[in-house]
Amino acid sequence: MSKQVRRLKERLIEGALLLSALFSIFITAGIIAVLFFETFEFFKEVSIVEFLTDTQWTPLFAEKHFGILPLFAGTLLTTIIAVAVAIPIGLTSAIYLSEYASDRVRTAVKPALEILAAVPTVVYGYFALLLVTPALQKILPDLSGFNALSPGIVMGIMIIPIISSLSEDAMHAVPMGLREGAYALGSTRLQVATRVVVPAAFSGIAASFILGISRAVGETMVVAIAAGQQPRLTMNPFVPIETVTAYIVQVSLGDTPTGTIEYRTIFAVGMSLFVVTFGLNMVSYWFRKRFREEY
Amino acid sequence: MKRIILCIVLTLVSLSITSNVYPAATVKVDGSSTVYPITEAVAEEFQGAEKGKTRVTVGISGTGGGFKKLCNGESDIADASRPIKPSEVELCKKKGIEYIELPVAYDGLAIMVNPKNNWVDHITVKELKKLWEPAAQKKITKWNQIRPNWPNKEIHLFGAGVDSGTYDYFTEAIVGTEHASRGDYTSSEDDNVLVQGIATDVLALGFTGVAYYEHNKESLKLVPVDDENASNGKGPVLPAYDNVTRGLYQPLSRPLFIYVNKKSAERPEVKRFVEFYLKNAAQLTKEVGYIALPDKAYDLALKRFTGRKTGSIFGGQGSQVGVKIEELLQKE
Amino acid sequence: MNRKTLSKWFDSSFYVIGFASTLIGLAILAVLILDILFDGAGRLGWQFFTSYPSRRPEAAGILSAWIGTVWIMVITALLAIPLGIMAAVHLEEYGRKSWLTNLIEINIANLAGVPSIIYGLLGLGLFVRAMSLERSVISGAATLAILVLPIVILSTREALRAIPFSIREASYALGATKWQTIRHQVIPAALPGIMTGIILAMSRAVGETAPLITIGALTYVAFLPTSPVSAEFPFISFQGLFDPFTVLPIQIFNWVSRPQKGFFADAAAGIIVLLIITFLMNAIAVWIRHKYSKKIRW
Repeated sequence: MSKQVRRLKERLIEGALLLSALFSIFITAGIIAVLFFETFEFFKEVSIVEFLTDTQWTPLFAEKHFGILPLFAGTLLTTIIAVAVAIPIGLTSAIYLSEYASDRVRTAVKPALEILAAVPTVVYGYFALLLVTPALQKILPDLSGFNALSPGIVMGIMIIPIISSLSEDAMHAVPMGLREGAYALGSTRLQVATRVVVPAAFSGIAASFILGISRAVGETMVVAIAAGQQPRLTMNPFVPIETVTAYIVQVSLGDTPTGTIEYRTIFAVGMSLFVVTFGLNMVSYWFRKRFREEY
Repeated sequence: MKRIILCIVLTLVSLSITSNVYPAATVKVDGSSTVYPITEAVAEEFQGAEKGKTRVTVGISGTGGGFKKLCNGESDIADASRPIKPSEVELCKKKGIEYIELPVAYDGLAIMVNPKNNWVDHITVKELKKLWEPAAQKKITKWNQIRPNWPNKEIHLFGAGVDSGTYDYFTEAIVGTEHASRGDYTSSEDDNVLVQGIATDVLALGFTGVAYYEHNKESLKLVPVDDENASNGKGPVLPAYDNVTRGLYQPLSRPLFIYVNKKSAERPEVKRFVEFYLKNAAQLTKEVGYIALPDKAYDLALKRFTGRKTGSIFGGQGSQVGVKIEELLQKE
Repeated sequence: MNRKTLSKWFDSSFYVIGFASTLIGLAILAVLILDILFDGAGRLGWQFFTSYPSRRPEAAGILSAWIGTVWIMVITALLAIPLGIMAAVHLEEYGRKSWLTNLIEINIANLAGVPSIIYGLLGLGLFVRAMSLERSVISGAATLAILVLPIVILSTREALRAIPFSIREASYALGATKWQTIRHQVIPAALPGIMTGIILAMSRAVGETAPLITIGALTYVAFLPTSPVSAEFPFISFQGLFDPFTVLPIQIFNWVSRPQKGFFADAAAGIIVLLIITFLMNAIAVWIRHKYSKKIRW
């Protein structure tokens, strides 16, 4: 092959590679375009003020209300419960692995924790509905079959690895010198961990918390199966509710035709979800960048 | 590299052994989740009998969704738990779709509560109206607001979603105006969700097609309904087979239908499917838990289908409350 | 008890508390999995794997579900792997520190954190409706390919990054062009890492439910997509790509949603199959990573 032809071939290949890399931008552009287009059509019929402030979500009934607050309340409630489970357990476990455990224990346990994240979410949904809810009903007899508590707890277990893994990485990167100084002053291991290492690794730990929250907000199957399909503005974890993601699934199962207002609601709702998780991810990214710069 | 290609080829070959080598004919059905158990049973038996030559897909978009699909030419058959209504007749006319209406079963809409609910022994139509009408939204939230001697606890409602024919019929029969109800309850086009909700919640009350009760008897408690009209059965009545057939379970007895796209009926696989449906409906309906029509009704329906008689015998007016089986036969 | 003793006591007890919290998640998971084995193991068998879903729980099976899963996995892999590797190669080997490269990198990091259901909405709006591909295998696979692309890109980049520059330099010294170097030296050396990433991405795709529900994978599918081998000329058929389908997680979801007790056993059995597939894939990926990381001595 002559040099010119080879050069041309190389150029073509480089072009193909560049296109592939640009494809990822096309994807984000595609997501934003699709969501934006349908949301735009939606807001032609429903005012954005109503969307953000109305306290009822009954888009399909005779008395139409398009307030997203009930759906977001459902998402918020399950997320709070999930995070209340995951942060204490995840952080404690991260401190243990980083400051207490021997190298052998750490290399054995860390991958094991990843198993929790590898289990498909539909399996966690099954757990929540058929195992955790009945177990909880033995303690709380008035608990409804569909509620926020059960999927919240299960989601918490699911995101423990996110919190523990990232926090542990952050703490591991704190220089030994800081710890040694504290030990020299007579601190116990726990005091070193909580008063020196954790504050020093704060950015990374905060980033992990936010990432965990973002994951819980975007979770779909666990809540679709176990939380219910009743949008209501409440902080009561014992009654049926509906989250943003479960609503999208509910409408998709019913297979609404294009161009109707019901079809558009899932995009408007999806757009809100995208904005929220995008915001959280960006904040987390910023935190991690800041953490990386300090050392 | 070569090994990877070999793996892929092996996968494709193994896939092809199991799937159809000829492109299969497909019958698309969509619509009511009330009728779904019957259609699912028919589809299962039919596909077995055809030995994979024909495929049937069955969706549960709700009666409204099913009609939208049918009139847009996106499906061959619509499952419906109420007759076609004016806006849908319009849509079909606009798109040039003609439909053949075929009754396939009778349903007694069941009102149900959780088995541990020990305070409800019957309910009247008036009480149901108070519970479900639009004015009840956010106001009627406790059991004792319906009947003073019921507990002062929250009531959790489960009912059909707005695309559901069950919803249309229920609102017409109980509230008096089709499509008018409160919006703050767990609504779903999928009756399974409702059954699951009622079965696991002591404070629940809901309604679905009676087949869903029949199949989940251990988890649900049926509530007799009193329409306070002595002429068709005194006192509270259960949606039992005899009561529905004799027209005593009012106003919640109603016919169930399938609507077939006339042009689709020209395709041999659709024709075979519909004929199979009508010929086996009596037995499968009973197995599924609904009330079968008299044999004569199925014969008339079959004749209607072979004659390709289009249009609705209800004049395209949507839900009709209180249609008795004999009237149905007479209209044909 | 003075403060010093109290602190010491907290310190020692933390060994126990820390260890316990590390394992509590796994312990709960173990309990749940044991329960599933108990509920579902009885249903596993030849009949379960070769039957279609049915209205009768005892007769139901996962035939259409697991074949659908295989179809989706193969097509998703065919779409995502070449695209992902090519993008990663560009970013690692050709990319210069420009605003464009920065944008692409932030973009990929962000996409990895987008909830999977948003990908479903993209698939619905773009593939099913705008491109009129309907609710078919190709729509589902394209949607999943987009979902796993960031994972493939990120892990391929890491694998490429791990190859020391000296390998590339040696290749250039012998007169090879950049692409020849990449194709014949770098990629083969990074192959174990790349494969690990691909397998992990696929194991994630196998369990995805939400995006496929959104694009409309039906829950009652009692048939298989048309075979790619056709009995008539030209003996190859792409019809199967445009057929409706279902996958294992969706079938499980369908059974979990049905209140009859018999379906819970079916769902549990389906979950056992899904978990075996997922864990097996993860184990293979870890094994590859382990085996090849020891071999290479730079």
